[in-house]
Amino acid sequence: MAPNQDPSPNHDHGHSHDHSHDHGHGHDHGEFSELSDIELRVRALESLLTEKGFVDPATLDALVQYHEEKIGPRNGAQVVAKAWTDPAYKTWLLSTDASAAIASVGFEGRQGEDMVVIENTDSVHNMVVCTLCSCYPWPVLGLPPVWYKSAPYRSRAVSEPRSVLTEFGTTIGDDVDVRVWDSTAELRYLVLPQRPAGTEGWSEEQLAEIVTRNSMIGTEIVAAR
Amino acid sequence: MNGAHDMGGVHGFGPVVQEENEPIFHADWEAKALVMTLSAGGGRWNIDMSRFARENSPPADYLARSYYEMWTYGLEKLMVESGMVTSEELAAARDGAHFEPVETPTFGPEKVERAMRSGGSARVDVDVAALFAPGQRVRATVNAPRTHTRCPQYVRGRTGVVDRDHGVFVFPDTHAHGGGPKPQHIYAVRFEATELWGSASQGGAVYVDLWDDYLELA
Repeated sequence: MAPNQDPSPNHDHGHSHDHSHDHGHGHDHGEFSELSDIELRVRALESLLTEKGFVDPATLDALVQYHEEKIGPRNGAQVVAKAWTDPAYKTWLLSTDASAAIASVGFEGRQGEDMVVIENTDSVHNMVVCTLCSCYPWPVLGLPPVWYKSAPYRSRAVSEPRSVLTEFGTTIGDDVDVRVWDSTAELRYLVLPQRPAGTEGWSEEQLAEIVTRNSMIGTEIVAAR
Repeated sequence: MNGAHDMGGVHGFGPVVQEENEPIFHADWEAKALVMTLSAGGGRWNIDMSRFARENSPPADYLARSYYEMWTYGLEKLMVESGMVTSEELAAARDGAHFEPVETPTFGPEKVERAMRSGGSARVDVDVAALFAPGQRVRATVNAPRTHTRCPQYVRGRTGVVDRDHGVFVFPDTHAHGGGPKPQHIYAVRFEATELWGSASQGGAVYVDLWDDYLELA
């Protein structure tokens, strides 16, 4: 089901810490001898929940599909492109009614019920983090990338944002107020990046194509390309 | 709780590592760990309880787990603590045991899209007076609860300015432990980086969403 699925139990989880995981590779569990401990644990939970009738397995599949197909950064890019081309929409987006503004374009729901849009300007650069876990605006950005949920970003975004930005290849002027928003509550933050020069006259579709996920988290800025 | 999850400002974790063309899920089990947690509870737990279940581990365990491993261990805890299953049943399931139905699922696949699009806002439509106002100087109170809280350690005792009042929301500290929603205002509070990190700061500010119960006038 998942694209690029790595069948080997020893896959890299994509975050940087080095110590041994308690995966117990190579245990003999009879017919499941090729599965890692965590896969066995999850399968056991799935069996327990579905056999006892707590969940419908078809519902689990539908939920997975929803998270893979219906939400993602292309949604947020549409919102940004619309704000760049429609001043009235941008005003609405930056108000306390942001959730309704985003819903009007078709995006709403779980982990995005209470949206706040924060605008990058020549004097302000915004960056979003969840130091305590992984809170992220799912309806407009999809599920967060591993780096957003991992210790390096969660620990350093609030204390050394400029160093983190440098790791993303992003340099912000010394005179710019770098604001890091820690998503400690259920408000979900979306950065409205600055529209780059060289995009005059572009259509919304053309503009949406250049808006990156990282620019809506605030670790990168948008470049015309 | 002052757990390892409360990692704002901690040193030593190294550079941010991005994976190119990262898939949404690296394996089927990751996707299942997420969606089972989101859908299996049937109202037995709320999001605050689920966060506490994931973060409530010894630091070495928390830091050793990958993201979805953490979700898996958290789900097991929720299922047992809510009385859905026993730990014996969990162990038996891992040994390949099979189980008789005790319920009939009511949340079918046809309801998924609508449910995901409605979500479940934590905003509470109740008239509660705000204790603070934009522009006021406030201090995050010094505290060390062993229970769930969303006030990160790096702001406790620190002074900032209320940037905006987000309105009235469920209070996680009580909601996670059967103490009810205790609705109150949440404010985005601006803390200057120098206030938090002293001479080590890189300038700018950190905005943290904090509830009435975390704050006092400075």
